[in-house]
Amino acid sequence: MEKKKTSHSAEFFRRLTKGWSSKLGLILFVLIVLVCVIGPFLSPYGINDVDVASINAGPSKEHWFGCDTMGRDLLTRLLVGGRYSLILGLSASLLSALVGSVFGLVAGYQGGAVDSVIMRFMDIWSALPGLLLCILVSAFLGPGFFPTVIALTVGNIPSVARMIRGQVLSERTREYMEASKVINCSGFSILFRHLLPNTIQPIIITTTMAIGGTITMAASLSFIGLGIQPPTPEWGALLADGRRYIMVYPHLIMFPGIIIALTVLAINLLGDGLRNALDPKLRD
Amino acid sequence: MYKYVIKRLISMIIIVVCAGIIVFTLMYLAPGDPARLQLGQWATEDVLAAKRHELGIDLPYIVQLGKFLYNTFLRFDFGISWQSSMPVMGELAVRLPRTLMIGIPSMILSVVVGTVLGIFAATHEGRLGDSLTMVLTMVLVSAPDFWVALMFIILFAAKLGWVPAFGIESLKSYILPIICSALPVMAVNARQARSSMLEVIRADYITTARSKGQKSKVIVRRHMFPNALMPIITGVAGGLCKVVAGSPVIESVFSIPGVGAYLLSGVNYRDRPVVCGCVVFFALFTSIVVLLMDLCYAFLDPRIKAQYSK
Repeated sequence: MEKKKTSHSAEFFRRLTKGWSSKLGLILFVLIVLVCVIGPFLSPYGINDVDVASINAGPSKEHWFGCDTMGRDLLTRLLVGGRYSLILGLSASLLSALVGSVFGLVAGYQGGAVDSVIMRFMDIWSALPGLLLCILVSAFLGPGFFPTVIALTVGNIPSVARMIRGQVLSERTREYMEASKVINCSGFSILFRHLLPNTIQPIIITTTMAIGGTITMAASLSFIGLGIQPPTPEWGALLADGRRYIMVYPHLIMFPGIIIALTVLAINLLGDGLRNALDPKLRD
Repeated sequence: MYKYVIKRLISMIIIVVCAGIIVFTLMYLAPGDPARLQLGQWATEDVLAAKRHELGIDLPYIVQLGKFLYNTFLRFDFGISWQSSMPVMGELAVRLPRTLMIGIPSMILSVVVGTVLGIFAATHEGRLGDSLTMVLTMVLVSAPDFWVALMFIILFAAKLGWVPAFGIESLKSYILPIICSALPVMAVNARQARSSMLEVIRADYITTARSKGQKSKVIVRRHMFPNALMPIITGVAGGLCKVVAGSPVIESVFSIPGVGAYLLSGVNYRDRPVVCGCVVFFALFTSIVVLLMDLCYAFLDPRIKAQYSK
C-alpha cells in the first residue's frame, strides 16, 4: 500500500505531538494563553475592584483564589498579570533571538577580524551572568514595561550569538554555500536567504526554551523591586506584594508561584518536544 | 601549556577591565543625582555642590573613569561607599564568606545529587525510575527558585519551625538557602548527566566491555563515568557561577547580608562605588571559575592537551 503523503507542516505537527510530554506542554500552554486572554473578560471583578468584606480572604466560591490585602480578587489579577508576563517573556526572547542571530550570522559568515571583534565583545558582554546584567540594565533604565523588555533581552543575546555562530561555521563548508557564491549572490542575500533558513531551527528551539527562563527572570526582577512594579499585576510583582504577609496569608504567595511554575513547565516541555521534532539528528 | 595559561590570563584581565568600564559608564549615566539622594529633597544648592565635590562627581567623566580604573585595578581599592561611608573592599571581605557559605555547599550538593540522579536515570532508561526523575527535574527547572524558597519558608520555618526563616544567626539558617539555590542547578545537572551518560552507553567501547563479560558495575564506574566527567565539570563551574549570580535574589528572600544583597542595596541607592566594586568582583569570580574549568578540560582531555603541547 502506498504511504499517504503528508505536508511538511502536518508531518512536523505529528512529530511534535508524538510524545506525551510535548503534547501536555502544548495543551497546557495554549490553555494558559487562552485563559489569560479571555479570562479577565469573564471575571465579574476588575483588577482594582476592592471588596472590603473579603480582605485577605482565602479561596472561596466568590473568589476562587482568594483576595489580596486590599480585597482585590487574586484570580483576576493573576490572569491580567499573565498577559504582562507572557508578553514580556515572548517579546524579550524574540528580540534577543533577532539581535543575537544577526551578530552570530555576521560573525560566523565573515570570519577573521569581524568574527574576533564580535566574539570578544560578546565575551565582555557575558562576563557578568545574565541575572546581574538584567539587574544593572533595569536599574539604569528605570521601571516600566519597555525598559524591562530591554533589560531581559540584553542578558540573552551573547548565548544566542555564540550558538548561531557555531551553527554557521558548520554550515559554511556546505555545497549550497559554495554554489550561492559561484552564482554571485550578494553577501546580504547569502546571509539572509541561504544561511538563515538553514540555521533557523536551532534559533526556534533556543528561543522557545528561552521564553520560560525569561518569564522567571522577569518575575525575579520585579520581586526584588526592579522591572515592573507592584500596582501592575505582573506575576513577580504579585509575589513581591504578597511577600510581606507570607506567614499569615500564604495563598497570596502560593497561587502566583504555581501559575509561573506551570507556565514555565509548559514552555519547557514544548521546547523539548520542538527540539525532538526539529533536530535532524533524531529523525528516523 | 604555559603559553595557553598566560594567554587566557591576559584575556581575562582585559575582559574584567572592560566590564568595569561599562558598569562605571552605566552608573555615571544613570538618572538621579547621587548627592540629592543622600542629602534628601530639602538640601540647598550650595550643600549639594559641596557634596558633589566631596564625592568627586563634579569632575569630567574621563578623569573620574581614570581614577576609578587606577584605584580598582592597580591599587585594588574599590573606594568608599557613598551611602554608609565604609570602604567597599572591607564590606566585601565581610560579606563574601556568607555568600560562599551558600554558594559552595549548594554547588557540591547540586553536582553530587544531580550526577547520581542522572546516572540512575540513564541506567534505568525508559523505566519508571527514569520517567519519575525526568518529571521531577523538569518541575524543579521550571519553578522559580525564589518562589520555592518562599514556600520552604512557609513549610519548614513557619509551620514546622525546624529552621529560622530569616537572617544568619546560626548555621541552621543557611540550610534553606543552600537547598533552595541548589535545587534548580541540580535539576539541570541531572538532565545533563543523563544525556551524556546515554551518549556514552551507546558507545562502541561499552559494547566491547560488555562482550568481554565485564561486570556492569565495573563498566559504569570504569568506562562510563570518566567519559561522562566533562559535562560534570561544566556543571560544577556553571553551577557555582549560577548560584553566586543568583545570590541577590536568594539573599533578598532570606535577608542574608551577602555580596548579592550588597549589590542590590548599591543599585537602589545609586551607590556607584558599591555597584562597581560588586560587579568587578562578580566578573572576576566568573572569569576565574571559567578559566579553571577550561584548564581542567585541557588537563583531563588528552585531545585538548595535544593542541597546546606544541
